[in-house]
Amino acid sequence: MIEAVALTKRYGAKPALSGVSFSVAANEVVGLLGLNGAGKTTTMNILAGYLGATSGTVRIAGHDVVEDSMEARKLVGYLPEQPPLYLDMTVEEYLRFVFKLYRLAGSMAQRISRVAELTGIADVRGRLIRNLSKGYRQRVGIAQAVLPEPKVLILDEPTVGLDPTQIIEIRQLIREVARDTTVILSSHILTEVQAVCSRILVLHHGRLVADDTGEGLAERIHGKSRVTARARGSEEEVLAALRGIPGLARLESLGSREVGACDFACEGAEGRDLRVDVFDALAAANLPLLYTYGSECSLEEVFLRVIGADAGGERS
Amino acid sequence: MSAVFAREIRSYFKSPLGYVFVGAVCLFTGLYFYAYNLYGGEPTLSRLYAVLFSVVLFLIPILTMRLISEDMRAKTDQLLMTAPVSSAAVAMGKYFAALTVYAVAISSTLLDAFVLSRFADVGWAQVAGNFAGLLLLGGALIAVCLFLSSLTESQLIAAVGGFLVSILLILLETLAPLVSNPLLKQVFRWLNFSTRYTPFTYGVFALENAVFFLSVAALFATLTVMRLERRRWS
Repeated sequence: MIEAVALTKRYGAKPALSGVSFSVAANEVVGLLGLNGAGKTTTMNILAGYLGATSGTVRIAGHDVVEDSMEARKLVGYLPEQPPLYLDMTVEEYLRFVFKLYRLAGSMAQRISRVAELTGIADVRGRLIRNLSKGYRQRVGIAQAVLPEPKVLILDEPTVGLDPTQIIEIRQLIREVARDTTVILSSHILTEVQAVCSRILVLHHGRLVADDTGEGLAERIHGKSRVTARARGSEEEVLAALRGIPGLARLESLGSREVGACDFACEGAEGRDLRVDVFDALAAANLPLLYTYGSECSLEEVFLRVIGADAGGERS
Repeated sequence: MSAVFAREIRSYFKSPLGYVFVGAVCLFTGLYFYAYNLYGGEPTLSRLYAVLFSVVLFLIPILTMRLISEDMRAKTDQLLMTAPVSSAAVAMGKYFAALTVYAVAISSTLLDAFVLSRFADVGWAQVAGNFAGLLLLGGALIAVCLFLSSLTESQLIAAVGGFLVSILLILLETLAPLVSNPLLKQVFRWLNFSTRYTPFTYGVFALENAVFFLSVAALFATLTVMRLERRRWS
């Protein structure tokens, strides 16, 4: 459905994207993950036809976004980072404007009602967009993007700045829309894209550094070889019990966060899964394992891991 | 194009801008109509149309300043430029919206003509020529200011740019005699909106002057479209 080949974009001499290629199948939900400035918005602007790439091509369902831009644009719904809303219009007027702008066929009233229902803005249709909260504005932005019933929906940071309940609602909305639409959405939060996307593309400094499923990426990031846990006992006892584990590459204490218990992190050499060994070692020393938890990598660490550089800094 | 046109017209009259513009034009026409015709007792509207030259030159930048700047600032251009409509349709929708509001505003002179016709023979053909001249002048300047508006995200800078153009056009009249270079003199003569406009107020509909204003409008409308397309590749 989307085919991007060797996309390069330079702003002056500064490269924002270099040689990014990927393709997205029909009805796939793909997340574009990257730090701020990684090139996510640039990529999305190029896909939507708002920006031209310095070199490289994008095809939407076979239509080149530059050569055959009108056909390509008909197939794409786009929610930019800042929703493109006219604040002096009511929600109803705005959606009517979008309907006419796209020269859509069929009943305008029906289509708008359906989309307003879907995006949960039916009760604010008569209100000026200027007076809506950020969450509602974001929904109106999504309504605008789905109104033309696009084959491809591009959402740039759809949940940024929303409160947790709104985030859950928007995710639910994306899942609903995604049933019969190809969706590509961006975020700088890993769990965000994991929640809705079947596949994740990772951008770093304008290059595509990973293309994997959510689980695959999580595994590459967290790894089974890394165990973070809490056991009852003093720091010396816990560390002494664990030191005997064969194939232990690294062991460090994370200090005590609970009275009479010690937190630690350890890592197996060459990706070795240590979880069973850690349990056995602590059981043998009669130090109850209180809980284990997923490692909380910062996104910077994630990138360092993904791009294969040395993990360097210690975790907080 | 019609969607953009309708939105812009609506936007003019949802904010004070449309009312202020139409009101200001009416105020000035009313004032000069009173001074020249009602108080001064002149039986023709020539002087009124002549003085409106400077008035519209200063009011048009206010009418056009937000046309494209505001879209760039509020990022609504991302909607317009990714919808299946051409940049030309977007630019024309905005251009004709401004032109329509302008036409409504200067229609107040027709009301003056009607009032005058109760007391004197106003020469409707002459009034029509005058009106056409004023419309052509506005059409050209709106295109220039539309282009200026596409250059900046700031409405203020767009308006100031428009005022500068207007001042320059008014000063051309006085600057031309001071220039000795014959080529420059000729260029000044070509660009002189005032000498192109004045014959209309005498009731002379010179085709070359009409073509001049239409050409300026077409040139700057094209430049605006090019500018919108250029932004994709910046």
